[in-house]
Amino acid sequence: MSTATLAPEEPGLEAPPPPPEERQTSKAAIVAAILVVFAIAATILNGRDTRPLARSDLTGFQNWLGDLSDKLESARDSSAILQGLGHISDALDSVAQFLAELVSEPALPRPVPEIGWLGVIAVAVWIALAIAGWRMAVLTGLSFAAFGLFGFWTASMETLIVTFMSVAICLVIGIPVGIWMGRSRRATSVLTPILDGLQTLPSFVYLLPITLFFSIGVAAAVIVTLIYALPPVIRISAHGIRSVSKETIEAMQSLGTSRSQMLRKVQLPMAKRTIIVGVNQTIMAALSMATIAAFIDGPGLGKPVIKALESLDVGRAATAGLCIVIMAIMLDRVTTAASIRSEALPSAHSRRNRWIGLAASGVVAIVCVVLSRQYLDLATFPDKPDLGRPFAEGADSVSTWLSDNAASVTGAIKDAITYGLLNPLQELIAQSPWWLVALVLIGLSYVLGGLRSLVTTIVCIGVILGVGLWQDSMVTLTMTLVATILTMVLALVLGVWMAQSRGVDMVLRPVLDAAQVVPPFVYLVPALALFDPTRFTAIVAGIVYASPVAIKLVCDAIRDVSPTVIEAAESAGSSRWQIITKVQLPMARKGIQLAANQGMLYVFAMVVIGGLVGAGALGYLVYAGFTQAELFGKGLAAGIAIVALAIMLDRMAQGTSARRARTGNRRFLRSPFAGS
Amino acid sequence: MRTTTRRVRLAGVIAASALLTLSACGGGDIEDDKASGGEKCDQTVNMAINPWVGYEASAHVVGKVIENELGCKVEYKDLKEEVAWQGFGKGTVDVVIEDWGHPALEKKYIEGDKSAIDAGPNGNVGQIGWYVPPWMVEKYPDITDWKNLNKYADLFRTSESGDKGQMLDGDPSFVTNDEALVKNLKLDYKVVYAGSEAALITAFRQAEKQKKPLLGYFYAPQWFLSEVELKKVNLPEWTEGCDADPAKVACDYPETKLKKIVATKFSDSGSPAYDVVKNFTWTNDDQNLVAKYIAEDKMDPDEAAQKWIDDNADKIKAWVG
Repeated sequence: MSTATLAPEEPGLEAPPPPPEERQTSKAAIVAAILVVFAIAATILNGRDTRPLARSDLTGFQNWLGDLSDKLESARDSSAILQGLGHISDALDSVAQFLAELVSEPALPRPVPEIGWLGVIAVAVWIALAIAGWRMAVLTGLSFAAFGLFGFWTASMETLIVTFMSVAICLVIGIPVGIWMGRSRRATSVLTPILDGLQTLPSFVYLLPITLFFSIGVAAAVIVTLIYALPPVIRISAHGIRSVSKETIEAMQSLGTSRSQMLRKVQLPMAKRTIIVGVNQTIMAALSMATIAAFIDGPGLGKPVIKALESLDVGRAATAGLCIVIMAIMLDRVTTAASIRSEALPSAHSRRNRWIGLAASGVVAIVCVVLSRQYLDLATFPDKPDLGRPFAEGADSVSTWLSDNAASVTGAIKDAITYGLLNPLQELIAQSPWWLVALVLIGLSYVLGGLRSLVTTIVCIGVILGVGLWQDSMVTLTMTLVATILTMVLALVLGVWMAQSRGVDMVLRPVLDAAQVVPPFVYLVPALALFDPTRFTAIVAGIVYASPVAIKLVCDAIRDVSPTVIEAAESAGSSRWQIITKVQLPMARKGIQLAANQGMLYVFAMVVIGGLVGAGALGYLVYAGFTQAELFGKGLAAGIAIVALAIMLDRMAQGTSARRARTGNRRFLRSPFAGS
Repeated sequence: MRTTTRRVRLAGVIAASALLTLSACGGGDIEDDKASGGEKCDQTVNMAINPWVGYEASAHVVGKVIENELGCKVEYKDLKEEVAWQGFGKGTVDVVIEDWGHPALEKKYIEGDKSAIDAGPNGNVGQIGWYVPPWMVEKYPDITDWKNLNKYADLFRTSESGDKGQMLDGDPSFVTNDEALVKNLKLDYKVVYAGSEAALITAFRQAEKQKKPLLGYFYAPQWFLSEVELKKVNLPEWTEGCDADPAKVACDYPETKLKKIVATKFSDSGSPAYDVVKNFTWTNDDQNLVAKYIAEDKMDPDEAAQKWIDDNADKIKAWVG
């Protein structure tokens, strides 16, 4: 779930000039006025027209959604389209089987895979060397060794296979679609809402329908991953094509270049690096689906994580989680390095050296493959040394120590925030008449985002009312807002600190990377022990997942403030604190707003996980829809409501950041957790 | 995809690795391949694994018996109930070894498209109910009677339940009447949804460790009960038909005879594996023991199953017939 980048970018629609300072002030005044009127009206009208829906009740629309799935299921065997999907599923299965026999499963009649661990590592290192240089080759070698040493060699290979397959399909579909979207306004306007929907729809909503069509196992896992990982590659490819400067294109046009020549000779080469960044984002998104896919028997590292949750085996979950983190960081760093390298133009001399080096190391790799096919010790990863057990025991004891000793402190924090912020806000938003809240939302969106945002908000409110889950949506909205506020507090403190000090950056960045990719199921049990099953636990999960992005964006924004301005302020005798508050923060405002917007979307991605730890509301309903046939329709309705909420808030927030400065777009194209 | 040349090469490699195995390394893979199979059975039995440890215990014991005695291959698939039932018609799932009763699924797949049949009880008896941690019963002995729950409602107040006591529910896939019960028994409580079994167990574990009050939905058989022996609160006794109307339920949960559901295709196949599944029954204590091997002693499910099988040869005989 590492890419929550909803980015409705329109070709040729340039950002309007930032509004003058006075307009900003008057806007703020209007917003404040709306909120005051809201608070007063809400106090008077508390508890009326809140549109609640009891847990086991279903509206007509929700029943209709439920029936729809039954109809699809009964049509499954007769319809030609569905049978076609069956063929796709079979094809995916056989490719996966082929790859599995190559590296992870016994390739009968051989008792072991075609290529043993030594060969796999050698080939992986060689590939990293070829595309990303020797540092990355070392990193790759260490990472692969870690998979085996921590005891998850086979599961890691399976995860790599699923990731590889879905990313390959993503690129085959995504890059052409992205290019099309980058060159056509109409494509953009059709695709943007679809991509927004795909990226915010919780995957638990489509898990069941997918098993209807693609059965369970590898094929379904690949499809689930594909759905989630496709939008970023489309968006980023489109952006890459669009960001080729107008002047270049005009110059080429005047030379009589045709549209297809333009694409091949100008737009594609210039967009190459951005597109590789898209590949990177897609890999990360695909990897973050590993645990979700395990719910439908998807192979790989997700399985031990989910399994360990049943017996609350924190240690085992953490070890498998660690392998996912290592894999994510490896793939991220290698693709990032590859994208940077693709821009550098080596001299003829160094190019020749490089070829010689590659050829030599290629021979070594081949020898390793051959050896790993002949010696059993080089084929199955040795059991010893086993780093997994000590790591698991360590993680277990840390978790136990925390839950025994820190629970009273964390309980106090939970109570303070629940009673001080969450409950009052929920009283205001979820216990007020729906029409009052709707009016406030519409008013705010118009003031902040203008007419376009107004229309979006009205549509989204209509959708939420239509699916019949108003009050639950408002409860979820409240939690999302609180989580976003806390995320931003954290992001401002840590982001500024990181921007000031290289040392802090060096320590924090890997932690943030890990927090972003470790599957939330790994830290669910300790979080529950510390905060009980409550809405606050869900908020904590949201913060853990969203703050790395927000912190990095804030840090980047502060660093981007021009050094000359800071020097000027310093020479004028400003203190450190004054520089931060008076110079850096105001000048980084756009970047900070972007961080808030992204942070919020990431929080939304955790709504369903929140439902698993006591958040109730929409997240719980989505999960309930996945687990109980009777509630499928309601779960789908809840998923739709989540999409509507996320899109509404996203557009509103974009309005705040003055139609999203172009710098913003560039910034979050950067890999979510590449070193800057 | 396989060519003859590759086969020849493969044969060489196999010979080489076989030699190596003989000489030194003793890799487990080859051994496993040969160990399975007393009789000839070329069938693969697809066993769904629903996500709780007790289920896993039953599934692996039955699976291990099928492998050991019949030589069939057993594949385990980790699936939630709903997804598992979907698999009956498609041939991806043959056996659900522990079903707690899913009227909607039964209607759809047993009566509806007839892709599944009921293969009888598995001997386990499920008891859903309201539970409190043991320390509470020591301190407040009369708390196990529902009539006293209102007296203690204040104890159970949390940040989630407002000015009422909290009744903690679990995973949404479990059957629950709790909202109706609270209403119909006029209890001063609010049902709060923990959302997952992990959340529920963690809450009870913390409640016992830190002597915090907690009232929650729980069930036997469950491995956690061997760690903390939760005490059941007695709701008005269950009588036939008292829970017929879900909105008017005011009685305790009935005991559920857990049963086996199998794919119709599997039962019609005449496979000896089906007979083992059909004959399989054991007790809650049996299951809790194997579940404890897995959850607390952290044994591999297959090892845990084998250990129990070794200790209970007589029971196995009855299943194999």
